[in-house]
Amino acid sequence: MRNLSSQIVLLAVTAPLFIVLASWGGVWELLLSPVLPDLQQYLYPRFGIWQLVWQHLVMVFVSSLLSIVVGVGLGMLVTRRFGRDFLPALNGLASIGQTFPPVAVLALAVPVLGFGAGPTIAALFLYGLLPIVRNTISGLESVGPEVREAATGMGMSEMQTLWRVEMPLSFPVIMAGVKTSVIINIGTATIGATIGAGGLGAPIVTGLASDNTAYILQGSVIAALFAIIVDTLLEMAEHLFACRR
Amino acid sequence: MIRLQAVCKNYGTLEAVKNLEFTVDEGELCCLIGPSGCGKSTALKMINRMVEPTSGTITVGGRDIRKMVPDQLRRGIGYVIQSIGLFPHMTVKDNILVVPRLLKWEEGKAAARATELLELFELPPAQFSEKYPGELSGGQAQRVGVARALAADPKILLMDEPFGALDPINREHLQNQFLAIQRELKKTIVFVTHDIDEAVRLGSKVALLKQGRLIQYATPEQLLSSPADGFVKKFVGLDRALKRLSRLSTRDFLRPAAAVTMTISPEELGRQFRQLEESQCARYLWVIDENRRLLGWIDAANGGGMSLEEGLVEFDETEMTVKENYSLKHALSMFVQQGVVCLPVIDEQRLLRGEIRLADVLQS
Repeated sequence: MRNLSSQIVLLAVTAPLFIVLASWGGVWELLLSPVLPDLQQYLYPRFGIWQLVWQHLVMVFVSSLLSIVVGVGLGMLVTRRFGRDFLPALNGLASIGQTFPPVAVLALAVPVLGFGAGPTIAALFLYGLLPIVRNTISGLESVGPEVREAATGMGMSEMQTLWRVEMPLSFPVIMAGVKTSVIINIGTATIGATIGAGGLGAPIVTGLASDNTAYILQGSVIAALFAIIVDTLLEMAEHLFACRR
Repeated sequence: MIRLQAVCKNYGTLEAVKNLEFTVDEGELCCLIGPSGCGKSTALKMINRMVEPTSGTITVGGRDIRKMVPDQLRRGIGYVIQSIGLFPHMTVKDNILVVPRLLKWEEGKAAARATELLELFELPPAQFSEKYPGELSGGQAQRVGVARALAADPKILLMDEPFGALDPINREHLQNQFLAIQRELKKTIVFVTHDIDEAVRLGSKVALLKQGRLIQYATPEQLLSSPADGFVKKFVGLDRALKRLSRLSTRDFLRPAAAVTMTISPEELGRQFRQLEESQCARYLWVIDENRRLLGWIDAANGGGMSLEEGLVEFDETEMTVKENYSLKHALSMFVQQGVVCLPVIDEQRLLRGEIRLADVLQS
């Protein structure tokens, strides 16, 4: 984990850059016209960049939230005494989920859920599940048996042991999984544009189809900055909750 | 207070504990001891239902523990394990207050309790209460572990080799501290150890186990003086006479000492010496000042005609005196080292409390 001051520096550079590039369309023409002189259009026309960012954010937020709730929940379940039998099965399932290319998940989702943001969110949710499930399991498993024994021996119920001891101790590992999942989702969400989900993938897809490099750059640069900013914010949040040990 | 009746525990075909029966009375410190794999830890863990017995009955305070909710039972029993198991994400204070908080103590009362316990274990609260376990030494961590077990003032304490992972110096220090605290608190304690010296020192009862069976259940003195069989004899070791001495303190052999002050007249001194000869046990008279502070001794052999000033032999207090709370083993080594048969017993202020004689010790 980077330290707090370098996170602040990173944020101080990327956030203004992101705001300028997203708010002021003219800057794209200014920067790109010397390099790409023969384009008629420098700015993606259908939506404003902020609108695209918003669509992107909604998809990532909803799918990540679902991934976290379901992933952490499943991880907790299979590390309990009664759920332990499902541990290998879930580990296997989550691994398979990750080997699936997201485009394939989208293609399969379309017949069931139709076009648009819905199937994209479903695909992102499934795709983001693995790192969270895996880290939740390894985080909870890494809590020492002596700590568990002490908790039980002092009269904590299973639920109290989980929430007061195991979860706080595995928080950093779970958080690392969440971060990986969210960052993957921000990148993968651009593919949603192929089935009409909008977001920052839209200028990329249109740019590829109409051979407009400026559109491609707009989508990808903004998405990249977006990912860096979210990653930094998550790390800062982790710092706030992390404890001295 | 704690009673095991016909308790058995099987793991598959392995019989870890066989037909175990013993009773620990209130205020007693019962050491479970035996070679590794003898079932002593299993026996301990059945008392707070960390392990469920295969058959038999365990009662705590007269109640069958099978009829109690495990979590409730455990909250009423302090539990200390060898690996300590402090929660690394909680401060020392929060660690100590786990059980009081589970029992929903009011926060002010709980905080006061944490302070009290830290003081009891000589961990200054201002310095330690906000520390994290990772910042403590092994000895400090184990003291916090014991303090945590005592937090909700349980009547019963279960301790599974609590001092086993400490270095010898730390271990002895903690044992002494623990004994002093136990003398005051009088908890009912079951204490697992594999160290016979520790068992003999701390226990008021010792239960010796072998392959899941209770071989002998007796006071440490009985165990050492009349071992039940060859196994016990071998287990307690050939130096069991010496081990017994470590349980006794000089206090147990203290007898009043004849002492004179510097102002005594030569006639009176002579009379005192004659009295000594009649009782034929010692040739020394202790010399004290008016506050009973020990100054030295005077030897009858060359004291006969001499004045007190001439005959007085002063000495180094660390080499020729013992204190009341010294173990008898310590006193004996002093006898041998100095080649004397009688030693003065003094207290912290160097006031004469009496004397201790080698003959008394040998007779015991």
